[in-house]
Amino acid sequence: MEITFRAFITLIHGMFFGAFFLMAVYGVVIELCKYAERPPQPSAKTQSLERLYLTFTVVLGWAAVLTGAYLIYPWYRAVPPAGVTDLAPFPRYLLKSSPTTSGWHDLGMEWKEHIAWIAPIAMTMVAWVLTKYRAVMHEHAQVRGSVLVFALAALVAAGVAGFFGAMLNKYAPVNGGSMIHLIGKAHE
Amino acid sequence: MNEKLELKNDEKSGGHLPNGPAAAAILAAGAGSAALGILAVAGDASKSLAKLLTFYLPTGPLSGVTCIAIIFWLVLWFILAKRWANKTVGIVKVNVVAFVLLALGILLTFPPLADFIQGK
Repeated sequence: MEITFRAFITLIHGMFFGAFFLMAVYGVVIELCKYAERPPQPSAKTQSLERLYLTFTVVLGWAAVLTGAYLIYPWYRAVPPAGVTDLAPFPRYLLKSSPTTSGWHDLGMEWKEHIAWIAPIAMTMVAWVLTKYRAVMHEHAQVRGSVLVFALAALVAAGVAGFFGAMLNKYAPVNGGSMIHLIGKAHE
Repeated sequence: MNEKLELKNDEKSGGHLPNGPAAAAILAAGAGSAALGILAVAGDASKSLAKLLTFYLPTGPLSGVTCIAIIFWLVLWFILAKRWANKTVGIVKVNVVAFVLLALGILLTFPPLADFIQGK
């Protein structure tokens, strides 16, 4: 069982950073809904775990957009040399070569590449406010409401990016680079 | 705008955390999102601007769009946080402005709307 280096990095970007970020943001949204009532004062250990969870969420978000923009996107938008007929290693040009797939780039990638960045911006703010105001959040209903709206926006932004990322990788997968041997006999 | 959002209470209310630092973070996040959307449309509309926004060639204009938006967001957050550190501000007004900016940012990243604005 083997995987190309580029496919492996894309897997880490989408299935690890992106998917775990999406799940973590969902958890924050649920937790924020609970803050409407006055929650019992958490123990020091619970507060530490919450801080760790929020930090991990933010790190996942930034890791997803940074690997996407600076590692995978350059492979995706690489320009094929003149005369090349096999567009498989050039996903952007492969998608745009047919009217049945060009929409995945024109709408999918064009939207995903920008909206994705709103998610970590929003979640960095959400994590910072939740950490600073954790004990007094019930006194700041308006702040709680605003943080919830931004967390929902992050969920939508990450959802859009994740959906189109998965679909783009289905119709024009990013592939290439050295082969990584996972299990079984290496292909000669 | 900042002057209007600030209330006269400049003191730390005894034992309570003022909402200024949270308001600064919320408003800056909204502004950062809007900056991202505006720069994305501008970079798409103008080839010369797209060239200027290409900080890292393999990534293209996206590199400049995101770098400038992030720097703008963080600098604005820093400025507002210093200014509102010990203040209680009109959080409803801050929220409304932040939501409008966030919505603007999200909408401007939507390609059909960006194309419509550019008359494509």
